[in-house]
Amino acid sequence: MEKLKYERPVINKINAGTPDKFGMNTRVKVIDEIDGVKVSELLKKYGSPLYVISEKTVRDNYKDAYRAFSNRYPKVQFAWSYKTNYLDAVCRIFHDEGSWAEVVSGFEYDKALSNGIPGGQIIFNGPDKSDEDLLKAIDNSSFIHIDHFDELYSIIRLTKNTNKKAKVAIRVNMDTGIYPQWDRFGFNYENGEAWNAINRIMLADNIDLVGLHTHIGTYIMTPQPYYVAASKLSELAVRTHKKYDHAIKYIDMGGGFASKNTLKGAYLPGKDTCPSFDDYADAITNAILNSEIKPDNLPVLFLETGRALIDDAGYLLGTVLANKRLANARRATIIDIGVNLLFTSFWYQHEIYPAKECSNVTEDTTIYGPLCMNIDIIRDAVQFPVLQKGDHVVIPRIGAYNMTQWLQFITLRPNVVLIDNDKNVNIIREKETLEAFKNLEKIPGHLNGK
Amino acid sequence: MKLKSNIAVSDSGFLFDPTTGDSYTLNETGKVILEMLKEGKSEKEIISEFTEKYDVDEGTFEQNLYDFLRMLSHYNLTEI
Repeated sequence: MEKLKYERPVINKINAGTPDKFGMNTRVKVIDEIDGVKVSELLKKYGSPLYVISEKTVRDNYKDAYRAFSNRYPKVQFAWSYKTNYLDAVCRIFHDEGSWAEVVSGFEYDKALSNGIPGGQIIFNGPDKSDEDLLKAIDNSSFIHIDHFDELYSIIRLTKNTNKKAKVAIRVNMDTGIYPQWDRFGFNYENGEAWNAINRIMLADNIDLVGLHTHIGTYIMTPQPYYVAASKLSELAVRTHKKYDHAIKYIDMGGGFASKNTLKGAYLPGKDTCPSFDDYADAITNAILNSEIKPDNLPVLFLETGRALIDDAGYLLGTVLANKRLANARRATIIDIGVNLLFTSFWYQHEIYPAKECSNVTEDTTIYGPLCMNIDIIRDAVQFPVLQKGDHVVIPRIGAYNMTQWLQFITLRPNVVLIDNDKNVNIIREKETLEAFKNLEKIPGHLNGK
Repeated sequence: MKLKSNIAVSDSGFLFDPTTGDSYTLNETGKVILEMLKEGKSEKEIISEFTEKYDVDEGTFEQNLYDFLRMLSHYNLTEI
């Protein structure tokens, strides 16, 4: 006789809480495949936990973003934000779609060059650029986005005795009506520092002011601040043109577009509240087109959005290690995905789904990672289905920042695979080994006796 | 373990404790275990019947059963 399907027995107390108009989901969503490849097969072949990136989603997202801007504005250029995800395979997909590179360190700069990006298609941002980095960027005709006066004077010093002109933009910070106002990067608009910087650059011999850049913040949940920011940059461009008869060639609006993840403390899910690419594009392009910039001098619009392009394309697959009860009898589930692999769980309420069909019974659960550290919490409180040790889970929307901010802490980092458009699974970063890790360490002679 | 005698369980797995006025929901396996407890079956009997009828190994079920029984006692649904 065939045995009945088993599910762990569950009793849930009915709490008559405050009713809301949204109600509860009555069905448990399941993610059992990614782009047609079974989650169970991926984990069996490549181990658990496992990062998975969907090439199709990366390309679809890029095309969607490019369409939104290029339909509204004649000159649009995206630059892939390396720090969001600098795995070479990921960068190369964006470059293949037409993205330039946006980097914030010498390491990222060299990585972009090694991915075949010519220096003239690299935007070099950030407060940390050594003389060596600057010389390389000047020599390669990269676009240097100046963060502070010390950097500006370094460039003036470095270009004094060369015949090569540095191509620069200044990063401008400003009040766009949002909190927090990011004023630690670049020159402030309202107090006149940005205009001072422009004047100093225009008086320098070997520096060519080609662009104006801003990056107003991160996870901006409304398009209006972008309208304000693009208007203020346009105003600076007009003023520069008036005073120096010098046309600014590009306006770089940076990134900060929200992905569909839900921030901790948010009342509604991110997928219901975050603006679309069209919303952001409307705000930015309208501001530039409505400005006093003459149509003949319309600058190229650069965009460095990272999170909104890659977050959806990344998945983290894992396995339930144990179920237990906390002191108040609350359910706790331990999975093999910790905050070391999911850095973004510090600010997102990541969705987490079972990888196989299960009943619609859920329990109020805290989900912990495997680390022997009290802070290793993936979800404080989530209605989670009845899973057992060994069952698989899927965390979607993890493509941004997790594969750059991950920590080699307590354990080694796992495989990263890319599912390509033909549904082939390619390892794009191998799981780390003890040997590779130890190769970087040196033991002093007096400790090397035995 | 003995359930309180006045506990009522419906066919759909809805449990009512008249002493406190609290209500609970059970999933299918939880409901079956509760019915067995009401019939006065021992834990050993429940384990044997369950593993015979359901697709589960003894070790897993025993662990799940004791967790479930602890929750019944946590909610004061059992006789002391």
